[in-house]
Amino acid sequence: MDKFWKKFGVAFLFVAIIIQLTPFYITLTTSVKAKIDLSSRWRIPSSIYWENFKVAIERGLILNAIKNSLIVTSVSVLFICIVGALAAYPLARNKSKLNMIILMITVVVMMVPPLSILVPLYAMMNKIGGVNEYWGLILLMITLQLPLSIFLYRNFITTVPVELEEAARIDGANNIQIFFKIIMPLLKPVTTSVIIITGTFIWNEYVLSLYMLPSRSMRTLTPTIASFFTAHSTNMGAASAASLMGMVPIVILYLFLQKYFIKGAVEGAIKG
Amino acid sequence: MLYIPALILFGVFIFYPLFLGMGLSFTDWDGYHQTKDFVGGQNYLRLLTDKYFLGSLRNTLIYGFGCTFLQQILGLMLALILNSKLKGKNIARAIIYLPILISQIIMGCMYYLLIEYSHGALNDIMILFGGERIAWLSSTNIAIGIIVFINTFQFMGISMILYLAGLQSIPEMYYEAASIDGAKRWDLFKRITFPLLYPAMITSVTINLIGGLKLFDIIRVMTNGGPGYSTNSISTFIDLTYFDSQSAGYASAMGVLLFTMILVVTLILNMMLKSREVNY
Repeated sequence: MDKFWKKFGVAFLFVAIIIQLTPFYITLTTSVKAKIDLSSRWRIPSSIYWENFKVAIERGLILNAIKNSLIVTSVSVLFICIVGALAAYPLARNKSKLNMIILMITVVVMMVPPLSILVPLYAMMNKIGGVNEYWGLILLMITLQLPLSIFLYRNFITTVPVELEEAARIDGANNIQIFFKIIMPLLKPVTTSVIIITGTFIWNEYVLSLYMLPSRSMRTLTPTIASFFTAHSTNMGAASAASLMGMVPIVILYLFLQKYFIKGAVEGAIKG
Repeated sequence: MLYIPALILFGVFIFYPLFLGMGLSFTDWDGYHQTKDFVGGQNYLRLLTDKYFLGSLRNTLIYGFGCTFLQQILGLMLALILNSKLKGKNIARAIIYLPILISQIIMGCMYYLLIEYSHGALNDIMILFGGERIAWLSSTNIAIGIIVFINTFQFMGISMILYLAGLQSIPEMYYEAASIDGAKRWDLFKRITFPLLYPAMITSVTINLIGGLKLFDIIRVMTNGGPGYSTNSISTFIDLTYFDSQSAGYASAMGVLLFTMILVVTLILNMMLKSREVNY
């Protein structure tokens, strides 16, 4: 009986892996085939056709979109770390009623679907001139990812012994000094998790990026690929090439930092 | 005082629009002009009779609960398999987790290459085995099934690693003690593993359910709500109503409803699951 279950398990795992890899494989073969090559997408091409990547870069402005996404993601993540850690410090150290209410508010923010505030948000952003400006989208990305950052930092700071801070306070340091000189340097491991989780989310975000940066030259990666895909539905090769270029940065990071990605996800999930 | 910057951001970009949206949901605003009139609860009444909205509501529940259910089963099975001694299990775990990092839009594009009608990889297989080409996305039920499938497989890795973390936190001695008492394999699972996985399950179900009820990107790129309006979720239907039919007031009412739904469902679920938590 045990032997049967072991075999069943291995077979099940094998099928799951094949299903997960198939879309990547098909996209890869499609991206290196010419439009006139009508062989099945399962088949590996006899020669590699690079033209699709050129079309995606020149007509799809993929490199420009990657630049826009890098700007939005890096600036947002920087502020998410700073603002999140700052907010988490008092929440971890002082469990007053007010702080519990603030934590509740943070949980509620996590549950708000972007689409349910899209109408007033878009109208508001239009009024203050935040549409088609990096700062408009950046502010929204910071706000949406802050709750996760606050939770991760709060849980981590709870495990840091208070004695360090008390010693500093006796030496005459104030709260701000204690935070920047003592707490900040200790936060490196959890900061890696915050950067990875929120960074991936912002890199992949679609709907707000689409409406907040609508002009072609300002568009971030995900909306660019979506529109390129719809516009070139007859040229799947170029569309596949665009998709591949869009995921390369994250996949490379994942290959090198795999253990941080998975560790971060577990920490991020087990909250409060 | 250090949390003031965070609170200001929440206030300005989440709660202010949320309240503004509630206000707008009682008007007939078109989203562009300065004028709007108060129409009372008319938008909400209209929701009850709008068959496209009711369809989207039904689909949202299917996407939310369907995906969550499948993700728990698959995630738990994968976690149990990967928790045993197995060669190459780290690579397997990495591959199953990989799609989570890819944007849903790109994931949808990739799957489109598989299920497309004229040149799709899936239809190539159908023909190879003597079948006919199938227009996968023109049948509502199949299209909904495909969306559930893609979303389930893309995110089952989350449940997998949460259950794995849960399994690894169960002390080996519980199993040893129970085995000495003569417990069978299935008993061990039912009495020890499963109850002790409740905390992991609470987290996993909550994350998957919120994600599934919000579903937008994958529908946008796979079917764009079609055929007709039959595969819309509330999220994609809000988008259509606001930007295409220019009924911002009506779209706001749906937004309020979606948020309330997610809030209520998550709270109920957490209370249900928490009340069944055990301690040994």
